[in-house]
Amino acid sequence: MNPAAMMTKFSLLPVLPEVLLLFAACAILVVDVFLGEARRHVAYWLTQATLALCAWFTFTTMQEQPTLAFNALVVDDVLSDLLKFLCYAAVSAMLFYGRPYMAARGLFRGETFVLALTSLLGMMVMISAHHFVTLYMGLELQALSLYAMVAMHRTSNRASEAAMKYFVLGALASGMLLYGMSMVYGATGSLDIDAVARSVLTGQGNRTLLLFGLVFIVSGLAFKLGVVPYHMWVPDVYDGAPTPVTLLIGTAPKLAAFAITLRMLAVALGGLEFDWQGMLMVLSLLSMILGNLVAIAQTNIKRMLAYSTIANMGFMLLGFVAADPNGFSAAMFYSIAYVLTSLAAFGVVLLLSREGFEADQLEDFKGLNQRSPWWAFIMLLVMFSLSGIPPTIGFYAKFTVIQAVVQQGFVWLAVVAVLASLVGAFYYLRIVKLMYFDEPVDTAAFEARTDARVLLSANGLALLLFGVLPQPLMGLCVIALAYSGFV
Amino acid sequence: MPYLSLAIWVPIVAGLAVLAVGRDRDAGSARWIALVGALLGFVVTLPLWMHFNTSTSTMQFVERTEWVPRFDLHYHLGVDGISMLFVLLNSLMTLFVVWSAWEVIQSRVAQYMAAFLIQSGLINGAFCALDGILFYVFFEAMLIPMYLIIGVWGGPRRVYAAIKFFLYTLVGSLLMLVALIYLYTVSETFSILDWYTVPLSMKVQLLLFVAFFLAFAVKVPMWPVHTWLPDAHVEAPTGGSVILAAITLKIGAYGFVRFILPIVPDASHYLCGFVITLSLIAVVYIGFVALVQGDMKKLIAYSSISHMGFVTLGFFLFSQLGIEGGLAQMISHGFVSAAMFLCVGVMYDRMHSRQIADYGGVVNTMPKFAAFMMLFAMANSGLPATSGFVGEFLVILAAVKVNFWLGFMAATTLILGAAYTLWMYKRVIFGAVANDHVKTLTDVNRREFWMLGALAALVLAMGVWPKPFVDVMHASVADLLAHVAKSKL
Repeated sequence: MNPAAMMTKFSLLPVLPEVLLLFAACAILVVDVFLGEARRHVAYWLTQATLALCAWFTFTTMQEQPTLAFNALVVDDVLSDLLKFLCYAAVSAMLFYGRPYMAARGLFRGETFVLALTSLLGMMVMISAHHFVTLYMGLELQALSLYAMVAMHRTSNRASEAAMKYFVLGALASGMLLYGMSMVYGATGSLDIDAVARSVLTGQGNRTLLLFGLVFIVSGLAFKLGVVPYHMWVPDVYDGAPTPVTLLIGTAPKLAAFAITLRMLAVALGGLEFDWQGMLMVLSLLSMILGNLVAIAQTNIKRMLAYSTIANMGFMLLGFVAADPNGFSAAMFYSIAYVLTSLAAFGVVLLLSREGFEADQLEDFKGLNQRSPWWAFIMLLVMFSLSGIPPTIGFYAKFTVIQAVVQQGFVWLAVVAVLASLVGAFYYLRIVKLMYFDEPVDTAAFEARTDARVLLSANGLALLLFGVLPQPLMGLCVIALAYSGFV
Repeated sequence: MPYLSLAIWVPIVAGLAVLAVGRDRDAGSARWIALVGALLGFVVTLPLWMHFNTSTSTMQFVERTEWVPRFDLHYHLGVDGISMLFVLLNSLMTLFVVWSAWEVIQSRVAQYMAAFLIQSGLINGAFCALDGILFYVFFEAMLIPMYLIIGVWGGPRRVYAAIKFFLYTLVGSLLMLVALIYLYTVSETFSILDWYTVPLSMKVQLLLFVAFFLAFAVKVPMWPVHTWLPDAHVEAPTGGSVILAAITLKIGAYGFVRFILPIVPDASHYLCGFVITLSLIAVVYIGFVALVQGDMKKLIAYSSISHMGFVTLGFFLFSQLGIEGGLAQMISHGFVSAAMFLCVGVMYDRMHSRQIADYGGVVNTMPKFAAFMMLFAMANSGLPATSGFVGEFLVILAAVKVNFWLGFMAATTLILGAAYTLWMYKRVIFGAVANDHVKTLTDVNRREFWMLGALAALVLAMGVWPKPFVDVMHASVADLLAHVAKSKL
């Protein structure tokens, strides 16, 4: 981290968005109690307003220099601001896209909104963490809120099962992470990210202990990212959770996971680069290959997208394998591209669903082009973006990470990666085939509201726009990392 | 004027306009917008021909703007004597395709027309791109419209053919992406022209050769990675077959001269025996395979593979004659294969069959059509005074100069080509009227007449007076040979 980072001891400014969010979440919880069923949308709009306000405060308190606050427990830098914006957008999109779905299933409740906000708060804390304990707190807050959200659909056995699995495995992973942190503490005598980094770099700590700690930390991170062999929960949770919750799990937490991976591995344990590089390489290879292969066998689109997430997170890790600022910015661009694409993917699934119909089978996409050429086109963009075919953002995502590993001399890794993405292309193409080449089975009209339609269209077109002109987003990733001390 | 940008973006914008305006209920307006768009797209490429300076090998009509500074990518366009003709050919063929689909395509007309127009722009982009990644983007993106064209408007096995087409092409091109990125890490640039002078060790050259070769050999296609082509051709609608045969195959061959020969010259010399062998197998073996086909489209598809074998053969002889012969063969094959597929399309629209066995005696009911197809069949078998002769003659000449038996093997194409094309022609067109369906056939209508007539004129023009076509290439081919001759070790 930049040594010139400003220290503010008593200012709340760096954490203003977090504070605001916490108060707003509490307020909405109270307000919701007094709202009748017919006026539930007031809580909904309050939630959206909170997100907008948070974005505004994040924007106005943005500073070029990283600012440490609360005795260096949290850091406010450009990197965290950028990731937070995307998290707000993801949560807001989840509410917009998921509104009819939630309303039809009795999930359009104050609790949903509040849990979404608290999980967002958790993510923000993770993103801004500058201390292992802060980081862990954020992680737990985010995870606990998400467990509850998966289980919100009380009458559904699958949702309960998914929540149970998510909780048990998630708790295990948190435990591993915590255990790893404790070893790092034992070796370095500190939990402050900068202090740990200094201590590791100077080689003061017990190296064996540090390596053990590293293994546990990488395992915990791998679980949160959902990469092989810590991926077991991903398909079941994606499938079992209500689709808007799946959308949330599949997007914003990935950004937070990126941030903590960056802060823990690249900064705190940067001195052990050669050790975690190898571990991440194995995780990445396994995820790309297994994720793409198993996705072929899926008949449920949520499960398919789950395996696609696994494969995509494997690709994202390639950026970390490169272990240089170029690689980190590639991984960051990959995460952002993936989140944008995922939002649109689940957005279309939500658009197709209605009361009593989940639209979660691949078959449900049959003949979409004849039902609505526009949404078929958006889904087409999503699929080509996921498979990394230009001119979509997904291509540049793959391009940047492959470039990063080739630059470091891992040409063979790049070859394996592109071959894995070839396997992936098959199942993405199958969706396009269903939408364009087959006759429709279902002909019901779509129920989505205008705001969701506009947002989803913009989201889909963004995949194409950033696919033609990727520079703004790529440049932003480079700048954010540079301003946050990764040069 | 940014002519190259116009050549790329006019068709794409026209395609988007067709999508925006065209409705399935009102197919007429979609057709007219598409026709105007295709015509405009062709007209904007004409200045390339008129203002082309044949005395230089440098890139012309160059446009260069920063595109992605993060990786030093540029929107860098330019054409030389090698690529310029293909831009024209592609824009012209798009016009024919839109025209040929006029009343034939009845379902989702707007999407059909738009797919072809957008594809046309993307293909022009691939021919004009001088930035490695820009090329790759166009090269890959054009798979999307073709995938949809085969899959939506294709025949009974269209899904299989479309996915096979997509995945086959993707295998090679993904490895090429790694090769492009590798070249960037050693040269710090994505400019294709700068790569011509980057020194590379033999081991690296061989690996790069493999990556590029896979990408382009699949596209050409060369034996043994050709199997997607017959499937794609048979299942694709007429327009799809025309563009596949006339244009997309050429991008594969173009890749050989734009990337492989100048970037990895030593590996090319080292492996030329391998490529020549594959090319000869394509010429001879695939020629025999074409002979036994019962489906006309499949026959022409195999004939295309055989003819493209000639192109790659010519390239790897490393002589002015050979490379110019290969390029002339590409242009000619563009005209002839397109015409042959349009002819099959004309018959298919009436009979809904492509089986040779279902026809016979067509000349009795379609005399004008029979005359046109006669010309194209002759051109396909390489008769002098047709365009087909020029390329084959030059390549055979170049081959004989290298080795007599090489020339001899290549020359068998004249016999085989004549055998499969004319035998098919005889069975379909001549003889007594085979059945009641043939009896009720009507001759070409005005649209089909002018369409085939225009192609016939081009085939004859290039056959009788090939000089303007070959003149365009001289300087650029000489420059290319200079690069190929210079070792990069």
